[in-house]
Amino acid sequence: MASLKSEELKKMTQEERANALGMTSEQLTGRSMFIEFDPDAEERMTYPWAPEVDFNKRSEIDVNDMNTTEVNNKIRELMDEGYGTIVIKNPRGMHSLGVGILSRLNLIIEGSIGYFGVGLIDGPNVRINGRVGWSCGENMMSGTVIINKNAGSTFGAAIRGGDLVCRGSVGSRTGIDMKGGTIIVGGDTGALSGFMMQRGRMIVCGNAGKNLGDSMYDGTIFVGGEIESLGVDAVLGDFSENDKGWLERKLKQYDLFPQKGVASFKKIVAGKQLWNYDNLEPTEKKLIL
Amino acid sequence: MCGIAGLIHKGKTSNIGSEMTSMLQALKHRGPDSTGFAVYGEPSLGEYIMRVKVAEKEDIEKGHGILDKIDARIKELEKRLSDHKAKIKEKKKVTEYALRYIISHDGDTEKMARFIEEITGVEILSLGNGLELIKDLGDAGVVSEQYKLDKFKGTHAIGHTRMATESDVDIRSAHPYWAFPYNDVAVVHNGQITNYWIMRRELERKGHRFMSNCDSELLAVYTADNLSSKVPLEESLKRSISEIDGVFTYLVATDNQLGMAKDTMAAKPLVLFESDNLIAMASEEVAIRSILPQEIDTTDPYDEEVRVWQA
Repeated sequence: MASLKSEELKKMTQEERANALGMTSEQLTGRSMFIEFDPDAEERMTYPWAPEVDFNKRSEIDVNDMNTTEVNNKIRELMDEGYGTIVIKNPRGMHSLGVGILSRLNLIIEGSIGYFGVGLIDGPNVRINGRVGWSCGENMMSGTVIINKNAGSTFGAAIRGGDLVCRGSVGSRTGIDMKGGTIIVGGDTGALSGFMMQRGRMIVCGNAGKNLGDSMYDGTIFVGGEIESLGVDAVLGDFSENDKGWLERKLKQYDLFPQKGVASFKKIVAGKQLWNYDNLEPTEKKLIL
Repeated sequence: MCGIAGLIHKGKTSNIGSEMTSMLQALKHRGPDSTGFAVYGEPSLGEYIMRVKVAEKEDIEKGHGILDKIDARIKELEKRLSDHKAKIKEKKKVTEYALRYIISHDGDTEKMARFIEEITGVEILSLGNGLELIKDLGDAGVVSEQYKLDKFKGTHAIGHTRMATESDVDIRSAHPYWAFPYNDVAVVHNGQITNYWIMRRELERKGHRFMSNCDSELLAVYTADNLSSKVPLEESLKRSISEIDGVFTYLVATDNQLGMAKDTMAAKPLVLFESDNLIAMASEEVAIRSILPQEIDTTDPYDEEVRVWQA
């Protein structure tokens, strides 16, 4: 499977391609979900076209005179050549930098980037020695992103996995619609953070703005500082020893463990009164009737 | 989408014309329909700079006999200036439809401005001791070159690059908006105002004039209304957050201040850079980095945040 190339995939029908990539074209019915996923099958865990890279092979790119497309293509070229550590210099607040990397890679960005940075990634370890604009790490599937300065709004929107860490403060709607993974904020976060969150965990070491966790379905938010207000259906949860242990491990991992410890952190979860958690879907009701 | 930008040099003048051009050019992708600048030069006491539009750009391309009409409008405008005992000290026809006057006048500038705007097709874009408001169709590079902004020196400026969503692509709907009749006050806005018509009717009943159907003009008129009631700029910005519905981030510049306000949802972006000598802000960091290429520390103002800086 891992040997499949994009040329071969292009020759397949949509159904063949879906099966080859570990997906399925079978119609989903009701709440049941057909999951064709076997963790023991290695080919299901990798993208067929993802290049094998060597972390000891390092390359530096000065992107001062390049545009976003040229930089992203250059990263791919270097990965195809086996480079596993790539350093980007002079990004100048460029948008959409480092998006769609679906493989292991050490990506180091020396400077600030703009909107939609390192979105849609699955696997790389990214370190950004600067600030990021809106929607950093959007739709991230796995890997690690560490930002050393502040971040804009909608930080980690709809992430599904991995660790997204901002050492500074972030804007509004952090982790909006997140479906997994962990978002860690060293400073404060703005209004409506965790809005419509579905799964995953968010840690805010500083203060949280108004309407925290508004309309969240599930997931957990931990806040070390003050909370301006909780959103609709967001409630304080019981802070267990398990939570404490996990928080300590996570924050120590990213050198963000607070001097006062984590015992005073508040845990916010969904009250589960807003949505129809215990009711059947309309289609399922029809079947019963 | 629209892009907004502002910069203020503390206690010194700088080449703000070329700086704002670079910032707005970097935001071109946020709106290519029109570009506008409100730049503040050295205030000339006792003299007013008046930027005026006597036709729309498309009138020149399509209007029958428009050049004769323009000549008649300019003649009438100058007659009305004279009627109000305003002396024209300098006159420059920058384009076929845009003029710049330097006038001296001791009387009521609001009365004079209203009298001039009664002329069909004439709109005063700005009137003030330091403010010059330039707006036209095209990107920042085109407009800046057309109006020779590259050499403009001053203390502060705001600018706008527009993607037309709520109203037409023309100069009357382009930003910035002058807060008529307050000399030297201009506004740029990114967002949508959802109680526009309710607010507009309220303000019209108070006697305020609207020259376009663009929702952003409301913020200029709203600011003018507050200033007329002696409400300080910072208080006006704070009130707007609860009184105006919608998603917005907007900047207001006066002869010696620059202010910003962000709505309760924080749905429209603004990136802010502050140092001892310079404050720069824009919808995207790329705009700030176009004048400050070195690595800088920037922040995103939060929801309901209001800030005012002095020049």
